[in-house]
Amino acid sequence: MNSKIILVLALAASAAAIAGEETDSDKIAQYREMISDGNPAEFDEMRGAELWKTAAGPNHATLQQCDLGKGPGVVKGAYAALPRYFKDTNKVQDLESRLVTCMTTLQGMPEAEIIARPFSSETKESDISSLATYVVGQSKGVKMAVSVKHPKEKEAYEIGRRLFSYRAGPYDFACSTCHGKSNVRIRMQDLPNFFVKKDAQSAYVSWPAYRVSQGLTRSFQWRLNDCYRQQRFPEPKFVSEATIDLTLFLAVSANGADYAGPGLKR
Amino acid sequence: MNAKWIIGAAAALTATSVMAAGTNLDAKTAEIMKRDFQDKGIALASRVNQDELQTMCSKYVDKLPVKLKAKMEAGQLATMKYPADGKYMGNWKAGETLAQSGKGMTWSDKADEPAGGNCYNCHQLSVKEIAYGTIGPSLLKYGVQRGDGVATQRHVYEHIYNAKAFQACANMPRFGQMNILTESQIKDLVALLLDPESPVNK
Repeated sequence: MNSKIILVLALAASAAAIAGEETDSDKIAQYREMISDGNPAEFDEMRGAELWKTAAGPNHATLQQCDLGKGPGVVKGAYAALPRYFKDTNKVQDLESRLVTCMTTLQGMPEAEIIARPFSSETKESDISSLATYVVGQSKGVKMAVSVKHPKEKEAYEIGRRLFSYRAGPYDFACSTCHGKSNVRIRMQDLPNFFVKKDAQSAYVSWPAYRVSQGLTRSFQWRLNDCYRQQRFPEPKFVSEATIDLTLFLAVSANGADYAGPGLKR
Repeated sequence: MNAKWIIGAAAALTATSVMAAGTNLDAKTAEIMKRDFQDKGIALASRVNQDELQTMCSKYVDKLPVKLKAKMEAGQLATMKYPADGKYMGNWKAGETLAQSGKGMTWSDKADEPAGGNCYNCHQLSVKEIAYGTIGPSLLKYGVQRGDGVATQRHVYEHIYNAKAFQACANMPRFGQMNILTESQIKDLVALLLDPESPVNK
């Protein structure tokens, strides 16, 4: 308990220090170094691990038989191969959409209820977001190997690639407007170029992540959602095909790298 | 002879089916965009509908064939609206405030709040502001090199109003054309870039 409070206080102090000065990459790197033995995302991982093995929903079932692609109940390494095609749903699914499948089929939870709280806020945590944090943590150090062998995976990749360059909205922005060139930044924020393997890898494997400025662990679905907000787009529906196809395209771009999340961001 | 003919026909068929698959995927991508995005705040779902320029820049990933590029730019230039009073320069101080603001048009912005120019997000503008982005070129000392003659003022106004008239798939938003900024706000930004007293030229 005490160590938790101390960690939170240290974080708050560091966050304030960062906010007070210019938030350049060096300072963030130092900060990461400083708390490298304790990413606050661990609290969300623990919350997710607890939810995973706690009986819930109308069926009073746990998620321990959930098949994330490596067989029922196998969590280790599952995230490093997602999104992927699932035979039972006949769909390509990312982690969160697969969690929705497990929560509805195993626990009997209504989909609408799960989707109603996709992301955590200052006042209330999101169960599906914490579950995702737990699952990704079980792939730490596992090599990213997302498949495009199945025709539906191949199609998802091709559509994801198109979505990445899809310009629209009042600002004419696409993902590629900010993430298609090397060594550029918005204000002081460095931007990864997803057309360059090394950049794509280091960016992708560091999400989901604890956001110091928000005091919350953020899922990959959240990452895309907030990108689209800044792109001046309307909101992508949670676990929609658009978000899954785009995620698969980005994940394939990161193939070969060791998964390193949950990460830590400003 | 026969074998050659068969290979030729097969190759033609494959090429056709690859092209057809590409077209189908373009169509499917557009369908997914229309289906999978929803209204939130001021950001309505209809924003995913592309105009011709957005469609082409997406399709060619910003590298348009030469003829198409010229056609797109001419189309954008044709719809340029100029100030009725013939004046292009406003107040550089108001321009600096605008340039600093990254607000506007996201679903977390309010309809009644004025949009910012987002300039520093992508451009270096003054020596004083070190937190500048680098997606666009540095505009430091922009007016020092070019002066503030009317032709230059007009060119800068046009570029802010609709940069796509000069570079079809430019990253820069069409601030006038898309009603992001008002005529008077654009004039303030012209002044920020060209007024000798502006921090850009100090």
